[in-house]
Amino acid sequence: MIGNNGAGKSTLLNTIAGTLPVDAGDLTLAGHRVTRKPVAYRSRWLSRVFQDPKMGTAGELSVAENLTLAAQHTSSMSLKHYRRHGQTAAYQELLRPLNMGLEQRLTTQVKYLSGGQRQALSLLMATLSHPDLLLLDEHTAALDPQTSQKVMDLTQTIVEQNQLTTMMITHKMSDALKYGNRLVMVQDGQIKLDVRGEEKQNLRQSELLTLFAE
Amino acid sequence: MLITSIGQGLLWAPLAIGVFITFRILDIPDLTTEGSFPMGAAVTVSAMLSGQSAWVASLLGFVAGCLAGWVTGILDTKLRMPSLLAGILTMTGLYSINMHVMGKSNVPLLDQRVLTSYLPATWSVDVQTIVMGALITGVVIAVLVWLFKTRLGLSLMATGNNSAMSAANGIYTDRMIIIGYMVSNGCIALSGALIAQSNGYADIGMGIGTIVIGLASVLVGEIFLRGRQMWVRLTAMVVGAIIYRFLLTVAMGLGFPVDDLKILSAGILVIVICLPLLRNKYQTKQQLKRYLKQIGVDSNATTTSSLKRQAPSEGLLSRDSK
Repeated sequence: MIGNNGAGKSTLLNTIAGTLPVDAGDLTLAGHRVTRKPVAYRSRWLSRVFQDPKMGTAGELSVAENLTLAAQHTSSMSLKHYRRHGQTAAYQELLRPLNMGLEQRLTTQVKYLSGGQRQALSLLMATLSHPDLLLLDEHTAALDPQTSQKVMDLTQTIVEQNQLTTMMITHKMSDALKYGNRLVMVQDGQIKLDVRGEEKQNLRQSELLTLFAE
Repeated sequence: MLITSIGQGLLWAPLAIGVFITFRILDIPDLTTEGSFPMGAAVTVSAMLSGQSAWVASLLGFVAGCLAGWVTGILDTKLRMPSLLAGILTMTGLYSINMHVMGKSNVPLLDQRVLTSYLPATWSVDVQTIVMGALITGVVIAVLVWLFKTRLGLSLMATGNNSAMSAANGIYTDRMIIIGYMVSNGCIALSGALIAQSNGYADIGMGIGTIVIGLASVLVGEIFLRGRQMWVRLTAMVVGAIIYRFLLTVAMGLGFPVDDLKILSAGILVIVICLPLLRNKYQTKQQLKRYLKQIGVDSNATTTSSLKRQAPSEGLLSRDSK
């Protein structure tokens, strides 16, 4: 999803995620009406990666504890011990493909990680429960170009591996064209362009730019 | 003097632990303390005067504190009030409730058996206080250490640290905040119950300044005992409460009148807020010097003003890094 600043991209994302109440209309997630449900309830079907790497993880908690929050997200009120047998090995297995050395830093507090590491962890946490919908809110915008590319590649791998329905907001025209199989352009709160499949593959950056200017 | 401080400190320890839960875990300064502390005392003394045993009465005091915390929690989360205001409202309301519970502003215990009278009478008062205080504080710490090992405890910590992320991970943050307020004020009221039994009376004014006492104990404890593990952090609160009592006892020994203790409490709090900041500043300077030496730059070439200036209480009173 692309669009100018103030076009309504984030508003749409926030209403789906539940941080913004809807004025009218209905919201259905995987067959469940969630129009008036809180964020925590919707988390059964959707996950979200924020733009700010600090937003998606709890800095005071360790890497392992953050992963636990995501892995056991349906039992947040449980009075059972959260540390489980074999958890460490399982988490290390999950973190290894990220290639960031996080598997050796399970007990490190997340606030000591770099922005890229935190964002990669957020992404992993968001996809751990195989959500029906993954929301990405310009999740590479706060990273340096190299890390941004790495996180984007990682996103592509995870999304394809798990066949996740994903909705990504981006300001990078090239990313919008390169990734995904549908492109939506928002302007003044309305969908201006909605292309998918082959039509999207054939779309050129210059054509998009002219649409933007209109 | 030290022995008395240890005994009294152990009775005040649940207050420090209660303040720690809201202030450090949930990251909320909760003023309900000033109302829930005397409420614990009022309910316990009244229950004892109407024939309940000290154990049941203290437990009732704890439950009363939980209810006070619940009210603040509802005001904070469901009515979306700023947490400071929510605490002030509950605290003010509790004054009237405490007056109704007690019937008058000061209610002495008569010949009721307090908790320490269950211990052998041959022991001195100080030993009795220490044993009973250690027993109750020990139980409180044990329960809390267990709680923070459960998934619910993890949810509580996550909510205080980053509520947006917690909600996105399926945590009902409002509920967590309410639970936190309840546990916290329960502990604080329990401390009030213990102090009332130790003093032999409940007084409507005994809550004044308790938030300062609690905060000072939390910060003093963290100066002396640092760690990430929950049992270390909770033990630090006990250490903080004891040292704080000791400081007050020393001050009284120096001839300060009782009326001046409140301003002394405030002064101690100011000092313990500043102390870690000065220490950090000193350490940063030392680190910079060592680093400059390492890379071979003359350390005199840089002035101290080039150091990044920090707002006075930043990072100590609130966790600035999410």
